[in-house]
Amino acid sequence: MLRFNLWWVMMITGLLPFCGLVLKIALDNLGANPVQAVHYYLGLWSIRFLCLSLAVSPLRKITSWKWPLTYRRMIGLFTFFYTSLHVFSYLVLDHALVWQNIAQDMLESPYIFMGLCAYMIILPMAITSTKAWQKRLGSNWKKLHRFVYLAGVTAVIHYFWQLKGNLAEPLLYSLIVALLLGFRLVMRYKK
Amino acid sequence: MLIKIQNELPEHAITPPEVYAARRTFLKYGLTTTLTLGSGLLSQPAFPQLGQAEDPAKLELTPLKHIQNYTNFYEYSYNKEDSSIWAQNLTLDPWSIEINGAVARPGHYHLEDILHRFPAEERIYRFRCVEAWAMVVPWLGFPLADLLKLVEPTSKARFVQFTSVLRPEVMPNTRRSSMLIWPYTEALRLDEALHPLTLLAFGMYGKPLAKQNGAPLRLVVPWKYGFKSIKAIVKISLLEQQPISSWSLAAPKDYGFYANVNPSVPHPRWSQATERLLGSRFFTPRRRTELFNGYAEQVGELYSHLDLERNF
Repeated sequence: MLRFNLWWVMMITGLLPFCGLVLKIALDNLGANPVQAVHYYLGLWSIRFLCLSLAVSPLRKITSWKWPLTYRRMIGLFTFFYTSLHVFSYLVLDHALVWQNIAQDMLESPYIFMGLCAYMIILPMAITSTKAWQKRLGSNWKKLHRFVYLAGVTAVIHYFWQLKGNLAEPLLYSLIVALLLGFRLVMRYKK
Repeated sequence: MLIKIQNELPEHAITPPEVYAARRTFLKYGLTTTLTLGSGLLSQPAFPQLGQAEDPAKLELTPLKHIQNYTNFYEYSYNKEDSSIWAQNLTLDPWSIEINGAVARPGHYHLEDILHRFPAEERIYRFRCVEAWAMVVPWLGFPLADLLKLVEPTSKARFVQFTSVLRPEVMPNTRRSSMLIWPYTEALRLDEALHPLTLLAFGMYGKPLAKQNGAPLRLVVPWKYGFKSIKAIVKISLLEQQPISSWSLAAPKDYGFYANVNPSVPHPRWSQATERLLGSRFFTPRRRTELFNGYAEQVGELYSHLDLERNF
């Protein structure tokens, strides 16, 4: 019963940022550059969920709680959900699928290329997130899903490179990613 | 006098007559009076609701509320909306501008003395930020060349450097270490400064400039990225040597001296090929950026002997 309730709590919590965005769009509360505002918002929640998914196993090790691990897949899939919307907003909301502009933008903007790399890492992880794929891939499944560390680093670089001035926010997220990855290194070293 | 610079600006983008009437009032009573009168007279200018252009190449005026709430003013904040709030703490009166260096008539000039001297012109210009967003602004101002002629640059003068106001007590970012060194400075080659398109603006949409938009007096160089168009000017120096401006000093590989809008020279980290027009909605494609922001016909000659890729 508890588990059932927790599932719904996690599900609704994960969808709250999306509902917030729908509300902002409905109220036209997005400022002078709504296209960019939506894009940033989705990018920010992508990296937040990525950090959350990276935090699951350190949290379990520190607290020895079992329940976070149960929801790691869900958090991972929420990461994929928000990154997919982020990519969609870039291609469709911003560029209106004008491929000539998109191609040139990707070739000339290293930060977009970095973002694309991060998405390409996350995509196969989302596809193979089912139990069936987990069985089929066996020990390779774990290896494949370890690439999430690389996705974290790539996403942070993607965040840094698109900014002109204020680097405080990407610095915060790179610190979080560094801490979460550092924790794993330390644990490994201890073994 | 209305100088129509862009041929493709549609008829309905021209400022409506009510605003002109307001502008006359504004000019008649001068800056200070209008600032007080303005709240009653000008707070609700009747602008026609401009619909979405069918053709993205057609430009129309960017609504004032967008221009006033999407501003880079790093002295106050890195956030484009917060800087509009913080900027309100700046007091504008009294304001004088120091003009020094290679000029025959250096000195501290009172703002009112400068403004009274030159007839105001409305200029509808495109504005293109290095961050790849753009807008169309009906500025009120006068050519920088007029002011420079007044102070008589000597034969040694080759560059014009501008300095922004620095008041740490109202500018939070200038009190902590940030990537730029304050005060903010920018510079032009003398021939760029004397070009008839180069404007000193004190108003917009027939009203005095908002503080976040650079009141009481700012530079407008429409063919260069927005950071060249320095706000809240307190000093103008005529120099023999090319100075290093704020962004070039902070990141020389990212920002050069010229900063001419050029779609074929990308910023090291992002493309400059397209731009997002402020206020445009979802599913509207980006506009393709034009060389010199569409003013190539007027200013191209200034750079005929320059390698634009190297001198970015």
